[in-house]
Amino acid sequence: MNRKTTEKIIEGGLALCGALTILVTLGIIWVLFSESVNFFSEVSIVDFLTDPEWTPLFTQKHYGILPLLSGTLLTTAIAIGTAMPVGLIIAVYLSEYAHKKFRSRVKPVMEILAAIPTVVYGFFALTVVTPFLQSFIPGVSTFNALSAGLVMGVMIVPMISSLSEDALFAVPKSLREAAYGMGSTRFQTSFKVIVPAASSGILVSIILAVGRAIGETMVVAIAAGQQPTLTFDPRQSVETITAYIVQVSLGDVQHGSLEYNTIFAAGITLFIVTFILNHISYWIKKRFQEKYE
Amino acid sequence: MSNATVNRAIDLLFKYTGIFCTLSALVILAIFLINIVSEGLSRIDWQFISSLPSRKAERAGILTAWTGTVWILSLTAIISIPFGVSAGIYLEEYGRKNRLASIVEVNIANLAGVPSIIYGLLGLEIFVRILNFGGSLLAGSFTLALLILPIIIVATREALKAVPKTLREASYGIGATKWQTIWYQVLPAASGGILTGIILALSRAVGETAPLIVIGALAYVPFVPTNPMDEFTVMPMQIFNWISRPQHEFLVNGAAAIIILLLITFIMNGIAIYLRNKWQKKINW
Repeated sequence: MNRKTTEKIIEGGLALCGALTILVTLGIIWVLFSESVNFFSEVSIVDFLTDPEWTPLFTQKHYGILPLLSGTLLTTAIAIGTAMPVGLIIAVYLSEYAHKKFRSRVKPVMEILAAIPTVVYGFFALTVVTPFLQSFIPGVSTFNALSAGLVMGVMIVPMISSLSEDALFAVPKSLREAAYGMGSTRFQTSFKVIVPAASSGILVSIILAVGRAIGETMVVAIAAGQQPTLTFDPRQSVETITAYIVQVSLGDVQHGSLEYNTIFAAGITLFIVTFILNHISYWIKKRFQEKYE
Repeated sequence: MSNATVNRAIDLLFKYTGIFCTLSALVILAIFLINIVSEGLSRIDWQFISSLPSRKAERAGILTAWTGTVWILSLTAIISIPFGVSAGIYLEEYGRKNRLASIVEVNIANLAGVPSIIYGLLGLEIFVRILNFGGSLLAGSFTLALLILPIIIVATREALKAVPKTLREASYGIGATKWQTIWYQVLPAASGGILTGIILALSRAVGETAPLIVIGALAYVPFVPTNPMDEFTVMPMQIFNWISRPQHEFLVNGAAAIIILLLITFIMNGIAIYLRNKWQKKINW
């Protein structure tokens, strides 16, 4: 075999590996779609989207996704409500205020927080945060949205802070110098010049964090409970889409039954939401990336 | 108060808020670790590590869980590394401008953001049912391999990007082909970075629970797996099982198992960070 053919074969093989990733996406779409079709042939899509009850595992069956969506929304809102301000403050502080040495010491700690398995965060929520909340908020149940959301927030802080810090750090020095030259304080420079200049990167970090919170499973499965209730009271037990999939998977559900198909219907809802978020963030990244280069 | 004084006060206020937020992250991490160690450390002994699971909390151990984790870790590595690194090489070295590469790039960015539980649904349908692997180690490893593929690809690309052009040009200059240049020059130079990425990706796989629950990994496995088609449990599954029980003794077991799991995760991350620093120092071309 001559050199040229060998080269071509190798290139082809490598390209195949790259193409494999497309196959994974197609596989996900195909699996979710084909199983959901079975589900929607028995449950109307109007019922699915409007019925306020989700009780596929009971004798009196209802298939309304709203309680699962509200549970997901509630825990995600609490998580992002915690992680966004804290993450951004840390990012601005580390990028604009902190000493170089302090930064290099703090970064590994953030990496540790990001590396801890989510099941461990679930344990933390259940055994530390929930009892703590119960000690001063009346009516907090053993499984509740607040504790799960807060812990998820802690989990997501490193993601927001490190991605936003990268964005802030990438803003050219000349902008800072110009602002300081006009007599601005660090606070004014940070929030009137640097943060707006890095806004696309910051936005991407937040969108990715939202996607992460929506898809997070173990923390909510452990600490938020398994009761699909249409409520926005954070003290109560709620069930998220992901926690429902876990609940069914742990039980003994026959393949091909309607109960089995519900996890794919729940899954496709989850996939569509995260798919849209991922593409928005990718688009923002591509669109605004080269602004300062 | 003049404007300048107010501004300076705000500036100072933000500085302390920043310090407070950063330190509270450290404090939470500390509370967290202290709590787990105080709950679980006394439970760890040889009996705990070498015992099979049991209905009685004080007799239960993590033998099946950690052997399952070692199996999953090795199989996932074997499956994901060749594909991930090859795809990374293709995207960075060959397909910079063509259409396939740009589609693959968007696709990888998207895959990296797909929730892990969705990979579980994919694995359940493809590996467990269609390929008929059942709830075996093989099905679990394939599922996790797909999950960490995007991470390995991105890490490979970053590492290859850091290798200077001059190295490639020198190799072409003495008559090497593109593949020879990549294989003999670029890959060895990028190996530190690629290895770092692989270890981080694998440490992510070790901590995953949700996709394995979905593909039907069992919480109670009364034997040590001996081949890839065996049913299995892993450390996070065992922990999840223990902490979902109401009895406090099982919670203690859970805390003890968490200490071991964190030890594994931190050691892997530590190796990765060490390699990265070493590699970054070396790479001052």
